[in-house]
Amino acid sequence: MTAPRLDIDGLLDDRDVGVIVCCGSGGVGKTTTAAALALRAAQRGRNVCVLTIDPARRLAQAMGLSELDNTPRPVPGIEGGHLSAMMLDMKRTFDEIVEAHAEPDRAQAILENPFYQALSSSFAGTQEYMAMEKLGQLRQQSETGEHWDLIIVDTPPSRSALDFLDAPKRLGSFLDGRLIRVLAAPARGAGRMSARVLNASLGLFTSAMSRILGAQVLRDVQLFVTSFDALFGGFRERAEQTYAQLQAPDTRFLVVAAPEPDALREASYFVQRLETERMPLAGLVLNRVQEVRLPDLSAATARAGAERLGDEHTLVAELLRLHADRMETAARQENVARSFTGAHPRVPVASVIALADDVHDLEGLETIGDLLAKG
Amino acid sequence: MSNRAPNWSRVRLHVVSGKGGTGKTTVAAALALALARGGKKVLLLEVEGRQGFAQLFDTAPLPYQETKIAVAEDGGVVYALPVDAEAALLEYLEMFYGIKRGGYALRKLGAIDFATTIAPGLRDVLLTGKASEAVKRGEKVGRPAYDAVVLDAPPTGRITRFLNVNTEIAGLAKVGPIRSQADSVMGVIRSARTAVHLVTLLEEMPVQETLDGVHELHEAGLPLGAIIINQVRRSELDGSELAMAAARSLPEPELRAGLQAAAIEPTPATVNALEDEAADHAARVALQNAERQRLVDSGQPIMELPLLPGGIDLAALYALAERLHEQGLPA
Repeated sequence: MTAPRLDIDGLLDDRDVGVIVCCGSGGVGKTTTAAALALRAAQRGRNVCVLTIDPARRLAQAMGLSELDNTPRPVPGIEGGHLSAMMLDMKRTFDEIVEAHAEPDRAQAILENPFYQALSSSFAGTQEYMAMEKLGQLRQQSETGEHWDLIIVDTPPSRSALDFLDAPKRLGSFLDGRLIRVLAAPARGAGRMSARVLNASLGLFTSAMSRILGAQVLRDVQLFVTSFDALFGGFRERAEQTYAQLQAPDTRFLVVAAPEPDALREASYFVQRLETERMPLAGLVLNRVQEVRLPDLSAATARAGAERLGDEHTLVAELLRLHADRMETAARQENVARSFTGAHPRVPVASVIALADDVHDLEGLETIGDLLAKG
Repeated sequence: MSNRAPNWSRVRLHVVSGKGGTGKTTVAAALALALARGGKKVLLLEVEGRQGFAQLFDTAPLPYQETKIAVAEDGGVVYALPVDAEAALLEYLEMFYGIKRGGYALRKLGAIDFATTIAPGLRDVLLTGKASEAVKRGEKVGRPAYDAVVLDAPPTGRITRFLNVNTEIAGLAKVGPIRSQADSVMGVIRSARTAVHLVTLLEEMPVQETLDGVHELHEAGLPLGAIIINQVRRSELDGSELAMAAARSLPEPELRAGLQAAAIEPTPATVNALEDEAADHAARVALQNAERQRLVDSGQPIMELPLLPGGIDLAALYALAERLHEQGLPA
């Protein structure tokens, strides 16, 4: 079964597409893909902003991102349209949300709260959630001032692509969770779950926690929740809104993977999830695919040939063995990709061959862009 | 400066970290198989809830209990345990505070998220605690439960914070059971019983992250083990052949003669394609060599594992274990 080809240029030229979100598990080349797409879209005349998460140092430099200041900066030397690039600073983004919504005194109190500091810098999911918040800000900015007609988003390097979609819910239900309410304001009670066993356990838990961690920590939590409530009237609501923007009609998802079982398994989960959530998938980008330059010479024939040479013609024997390795790698990758396409026959795919060199300049990104477009 | 592996026969806890996508779980599994050779008993721990070992060893998802997962020569055995922070915390609360029932309800309420968020080091203490407990089990009676414990740890970017639980928890808990737990964990992690190995590929970003990791671990006084380079492309072409391949100046008459002798029709297209492949290969080898040099310059012991064109299956894990063994792992 052959997958339909993903028409990258068609996607980048489509004026109805305002946001492209690149998702995938860690180590599959998401950041490079996002940057290459952004550059190509700009060169094709669009006004693009790319939000990257953690680019390699030299790639960041190539895009003029020498400092991490959480603001889009124009990338010089682009012909056609415009390209701005930024790197996400998750703590800074969280701080800015607080500053934008609270009176200076209250904002200061929240920012200095140790519980807030732990939450904004190390809660699993904060980075993902802040990438989404930043996307919302960029969209707004785009309506009022600087106009971008395409925003391309790279997502954090989590082990699972689903972490990105799960983050708002995780953060929202954590901050609005019953436990946090009970601990913060014991008078309100545990609500529906106030079975006797639970209350007994909860009492023990609370006292254990304050013994383990100290009473001050619980006071910090209480203060934080009260101030935060006053700001947002419940974080869950905000998280739901942030999530909902991903369902906007101008948003498309691209799943990025490498032709390895783990990465494609993750991609497969993600595709199913998008279907459930009715979020539009543009297609799959398959990075680092083994290029085959001589498909007619099979691995078996090449190996047999190398064998036949024995100690003679060692150079040719080695080239034949390298070719056989290459054919075997390609065959294995094809198998893995085929099982993905078997499960998702309608998902368009663009394959990008593995390059010998790392990408760290605009020229390299252009090459990747060309390969993406050829699919 | 030698990059040869030192004597690790005293090391009982092998911590394996690496950037995402470098194959650290595969390497951890191969390391466990290598350590189990000669009738040893080894425990493999995973802490990121991804059931990576079940997939690698092609079994059903593992329960939260030590389960036999593979055998090695002379009766060696590898057990695996996916450590779950929630289960560990509940175990812990039960042990110290007698909270037995209601564990499920606490979990539903988000108690674990809560506890581990207000104290970011807490989750790590629970996870590393399990590793150090497994190392120490039976030591006092002179019969350690496991000859070695291999921990598939978080990625390089987080490894120092993960292992340095004492510092992380210090600001929160000055006394009490969590504090003594952290102290006892650090007692194991900082000792000569532990080695932290970093898995990398010979590519720019993973190598940079590895070098940063080496620096951080060193600064934190944590015991570095080896840099394990994964997926190395072999090359039997010599320097001048590689140079000719890169310059696309391989001797074509020899290529044609060789192909002829190999009973492969030396059409211009075939010769040309082989030259292209040779040029790709030379470029990769050059990149590999440059990146390897950066690792060698760090002075850390280095072990290498080959890229296996057939991918990773059970047989491949044993092959990788063999390679680790050859490069100086004690059996």
